[in-house]
Amino acid sequence: MTQGEGSAELLDLMESRRDEFVQGWVRSVSGTLRGRLSAAEVAQELGEIYNALLGALKQGGLAGRGDHFSEVRSLLIELSRNRARQGFTPTETALCVFSLKQVLEEALVASPDGARSYLQLARLLDDLGLFTVEEHAKTREEIISSQAEQLLELSTPVVKLWDGILGVPLVGTLDSARTQVVMEKLLQGLLDSNSTHAIIDITGVPAVDTQVAQHLLKTVVAARMMGAQCIISGIRPQIAQTIVALGIEFGDIATKATLAAALHDALAEIDEASSLRKEGLL
Amino acid sequence: MTDRVPVLKIGQILLVSIQTDLEDQMVLDLQEDLSQRIVDTNAQGVVIDITALEIVDSFVGRMLATIASISRVLGSETVVVGMRPAVAMTLVELGLSLPGVRTALTLERGMEQIKRLNQNPSAPR
Repeated sequence: MTQGEGSAELLDLMESRRDEFVQGWVRSVSGTLRGRLSAAEVAQELGEIYNALLGALKQGGLAGRGDHFSEVRSLLIELSRNRARQGFTPTETALCVFSLKQVLEEALVASPDGARSYLQLARLLDDLGLFTVEEHAKTREEIISSQAEQLLELSTPVVKLWDGILGVPLVGTLDSARTQVVMEKLLQGLLDSNSTHAIIDITGVPAVDTQVAQHLLKTVVAARMMGAQCIISGIRPQIAQTIVALGIEFGDIATKATLAAALHDALAEIDEASSLRKEGLL
Repeated sequence: MTDRVPVLKIGQILLVSIQTDLEDQMVLDLQEDLSQRIVDTNAQGVVIDITALEIVDSFVGRMLATIASISRVLGSETVVVGMRPAVAMTLVELGLSLPGVRTALTLERGMEQIKRLNQNPSAPR
């Protein structure tokens, strides 16, 4: 373990004036909180990090990505994750680490070998600060991707409209990922509810182009293979015009202007089947 | 000697329940057996149950279409029943929409459909 003289001096200083530095650190960080965290919480967090940092410095010098800094790093991960969830910006999160420099700067300026110690410390803290920002970004990405997933789940409900009739109100643009989810849910719904008819309502779909039509067709074909009749409803006047202008062919798939009209048709077909059954023809 | 898929007769309907993954020879045997039975029994329709199939590839898809065509030529309708959601999605992704094959959710519904078709031959599929 090769510790430069500067590092030894730094260590002594950090150990002997621990309380003073931690207090200074907490004070400077507390200024940026704007009421999102209590000062006591910050004091506890920073105190733990300071102790871990001190331990790591004692063990093996200034290499911030080394093994002996693993405790410091795990504490920083926790800190940046919490900060990201509470809506702190990356700058504010990184400043938590960088503000320790400021606190130590004043103490080190006074000592004879201070400049060297300060530079070493600055390098270490820069490294740890960058690490914090990285973690912050990673957490944010996790939050975004889990929200996207939730949105996907929420935006594709399959509802039972009548005995034997399922409704799928689509809201938002249809891409291939969503089509997959819609298809899965619809087919499973058909199986679970033993339905013979499905109405796909596209009132909430802002635009229908060839791509979206292709996805709709796929869904209808899949439902047909499970033995269900599909009706596409909720086609607005502008959409109807676009469909014709683009030359999209829905083939023999029934389309209706409103959900009510589609439901009427589906009920009529179900009625026909049940009356045949009553007459003993089925 | 490979196994043969049994062809069962319920009233005027023939029932083929496929329980295992099919090999080429089994498919050829099935086509032969089924066409013979349709002629012998003068069946109204054929129900093919694929509830047990977890994987349906283009080969099986083509077989279903072929059997449907054969039985139509012989004057009876074919209904494929019990397709699983995952199977339906795979077929769509493969670009197979089984044109000309009638489908129903369950065996019961498939048999109803055949009876209805015989009452009203012009009904849409």
